[in-house]
Parts: sequence; C-alpha cells; structure tokens
Amino acid sequence: MLRLEIRSKRFGAVEALRGFALTAARGEVVALVGPSGCGKTTALGVVAGLDRDFDGTLSVAPGPDGRPPRIGMVFQEPRLLPWRTVRQNLALALPRALRRDPRIDATLALLDLSALADRFPGHLSLGMARRAALARALVVDPDLLLLDEPLVSLDEVTAQRLRALLARVLDGRPRTALLVTHNLREALALADRLLILAPSPGRVVAEIPIATPRAARDDAMVEALRADLLARADPVFRLLA
Amino acid sequence: MRVPRALFPLLSLALLLGLWEIAALWGGGRVLPTPGAVALALAREAESGALAHHLGVTLLRVLAAFVLALSVGVALGVPMGRSPLCDRLFGPWLVFFLNLPALVVIVLAYVWFGLTEAAAVGAVAVNKIPNTIVLVRAGARTIDEGLIEMARVYRMSRLDRLRHVLLPHLAPTIAAAARSGLALIWKIVLVVELLGRGDGVGFQINLLFQTFDVAGILAYSVAFVAVILLLEYGVLQPIERRCSRWRRSHAEA
Repeated sequence: MLRLEIRSKRFGAVEALRGFALTAARGEVVALVGPSGCGKTTALGVVAGLDRDFDGTLSVAPGPDGRPPRIGMVFQEPRLLPWRTVRQNLALALPRALRRDPRIDATLALLDLSALADRFPGHLSLGMARRAALARALVVDPDLLLLDEPLVSLDEVTAQRLRALLARVLDGRPRTALLVTHNLREALALADRLLILAPSPGRVVAEIPIATPRAARDDAMVEALRADLLARADPVFRLLA
Repeated sequence: MRVPRALFPLLSLALLLGLWEIAALWGGGRVLPTPGAVALALAREAESGALAHHLGVTLLRVLAAFVLALSVGVALGVPMGRSPLCDRLFGPWLVFFLNLPALVVIVLAYVWFGLTEAAAVGAVAVNKIPNTIVLVRAGARTIDEGLIEMARVYRMSRLDRLRHVLLPHLAPTIAAAARSGLALIWKIVLVVELLGRGDGVGFQINLLFQTFDVAGILAYSVAFVAVILLLEYGVLQPIERRCSRWRRSHAEA
C-alpha cells in the first residue's frame, strides 16, 4: 500500500532523515515513535505529498478502480478553515459532487459533533477542533490516513476519550494509517506496528510488531507492553521514557 | 447625562454644521455661504434634475473604476504576495506607479486614448491599483501556510482554494482597500471629469467655479459625500460584517 524510502532529506545544512524506510500493508496502522526532532513529522509531510524535495522514492498504491489514492490527514494544529463552519469544513474536503452527501452528517454523528456542526472553529475547544479535523480526514473515506500527534496538548480525560474514539474508527473499517507520536502509550494502544526513531539524523532504530488486536488492549496491557520495552537493554528505548 | 450611542454621529455632525454657520456669519459672504444657502442651492439643482443626472453619471464612473481597480489589484497583489520572484520582478514597477501623480496619468490617458469614457475610467483605476496591490500583497503574505498545505492534501481545486481559503483570508484587506479606495476614487473621478468630460459632478463644479458659485460647489460636494456615506454604511459595512461573522464570539453569533 505504502512504500517510502528516504536516502536523505535535508533542510539546508541539517540532515533531518537518513536511510529511512517505511512500508505499510493495506489496512495496517503503523506508528512512528520518537522524541521531538527525530523527523517524524518531516516523514509524514513527504508521505502526504507536501514535501517533494528529498532524495529517495515514495509510492502509494492507487485506490480501487485505479484512481489516485485519497489521503485524510489530521495535522498537529487542527487547520480548520476559521471562516467556515465545522460542516462546511468537512464538505470542502470532498469533491464538489459530494458536498451535500449524507456521509457528512454521518461522520459528524460518528465523532459526536452533530451539535457543533454549525459552529465556527474559533468557538471550539482544542479537543473539539481535533475531532472536527479527524472527521474531515474520515469523511473523504481515505485510502491512507495520516495522524500527526493527534492527542498532543489535550487534557488527560479528553486525550483518553479521543484515543478510544480513534481505536474504534481504525477498527470500524480497516484503514491504512500512519500515526506520528512522541507518546509510547498512545502508539501501543493504537498501532499494529511501531517504528522507533532516533534523532540527528532521523532514522529507524527498532521495529516492534504488536500482535494483540486493538480492541483487546486495555490500559493494563499497554502499561505492561511499555514497561517491557523500556526495560530492554538497547539505550534507544530510554529515549522514549 | 447619558447620550445614546447611536446619536453620537448626529451630534458630531450638528457640531460641524454649527461651526460652519458661525464661520459663515462671521466672515463668509460669497466666499463661504451658510449651510442654509447651500441647502437652497442643493434644492435648486435637485429641482432642475441636474443634480440627479450629474451625481448618477459620476457614481457610475466611480463604481466602474472601483470594480476595475479592486479586481486588477487583487489579481496582481496575490501573486506578488505569494511568489518572491514575482515580487522582486514587479516590485520596482509598483514603486513607480505608486509615485506617478494622478494628474499625469489622467492627462496621458486622454492624450493616448482620446477624451473617452474608457480613458477616464481607466485613468482613475490606474491611480488606485498600485495602492490596492500593496495592501493585498501584504495580506497574501500573512496567510497561514498550514491551511495551504491542508488544501493540497485534500486536493481542493484552484477555484475552491480561491473561494474558501485565499479570499476569506484577504477579506479584511480587501475591505480596507475598498474603504480607502472609494474615497480616493471619487476625488480623482472629479478631476477626470473636470479635465475631459462633458458631464458629472467634476464638470459641474468647473462650471460653478467659473461663475464663482461657492454655494453650488458645496451643494454638489455635500450631495456626493452623502452618496458615498450611503455606500459605506449601506453596502460596504454590511458586506464586511457578513464576511467577519466567524470572528464574533459564540454568544453574539
């Protein structure tokens, strides 16, 4: 479904990524985990097609019937159009013919946003705005879902709720997804496979598959997995503590 | 004593009229007629139908030049704000046109294109376009790059990006350009009319000047300022309020 190979990606004199390889099978959720500055978001920008200035190759499989793959992306800041309502923000992510499609209201309902549909983003809390951004990513029925720190800077309760919601969404209809996060618990709760990144230059230093189905992972299990990882001898895992 | 807010503009206007009246009575005579005399002149011109005709003609020229200046200004200002290359290439032209005196543009337009309506309206627009470009360029530079990226990821069409990303972002800038533009444009339209048109407020003021009819000159000025005020409060401000609905707090929305 997705195959990315970056031999080198530079910002001027700084090398952000080197020898970075990433693949995702159809329906697989892959997490890029690492401390800030390890190039996670840079890699995500390359996958999204926003950054073509890199030495390497990117291939994303076309959708069924051969159309170009649809991408749904949740940015770190929600990036909603402040002058359009929540519903309009969803509609504008769709091609013109689908702007009045019932899927918009269905997606709003799925993310518990129906009551906020006619609000402007400036009148939403960060948690609500993230949900709206997630709704926009889902409404396009993406072949590839890109999530950039979707739970960062939320209070604990809101983050928990959104995490549960994400888990439900990812299981509801299997989707290929790439999750970027610095939070190991979040990655362990949501991903099928973790890629651990180390900084300067950013590169993958470990790969950890998780066999347990998402629905079966409770807090205790996530904690156990985390403790197990942090106890490993490799100093790489100390970056994540 | 508490004065209702809505009355303030009226009070302020009454104060101005009062000062005018005093100045006219004190040392006016023919040079500065009283507000009453101006009102009489206004009534006289209105009755003959001349006022409506000349106001209408001038207003049409103002609107034509306004629409032309704003659309060309936005069309050129956006690329200059978004592309450094474009800015470096055409920036110096902008400085040149910004500093070209209005009178020179008008005279040259008449010399090159004849004493035509198109030359008149075009000359006025050329006077306003550089200023609009400067404002729009500054506005286009401040757009949130994150929204541009979002539009790319979701493959929004060029038209949608323009309608839903760029123009709403530029709305306050365009409103500012429209405000300052309307005032500037109608003043230049008068000069254009004075120099090369056979009707309009500017033409009429020239006639009145030759007969030294100050009351008539003031009557036309006041009438046209009133028309512009009407446009400002009746058209521009409601549009602006509609465009900035999203800014208001939820309680007001």
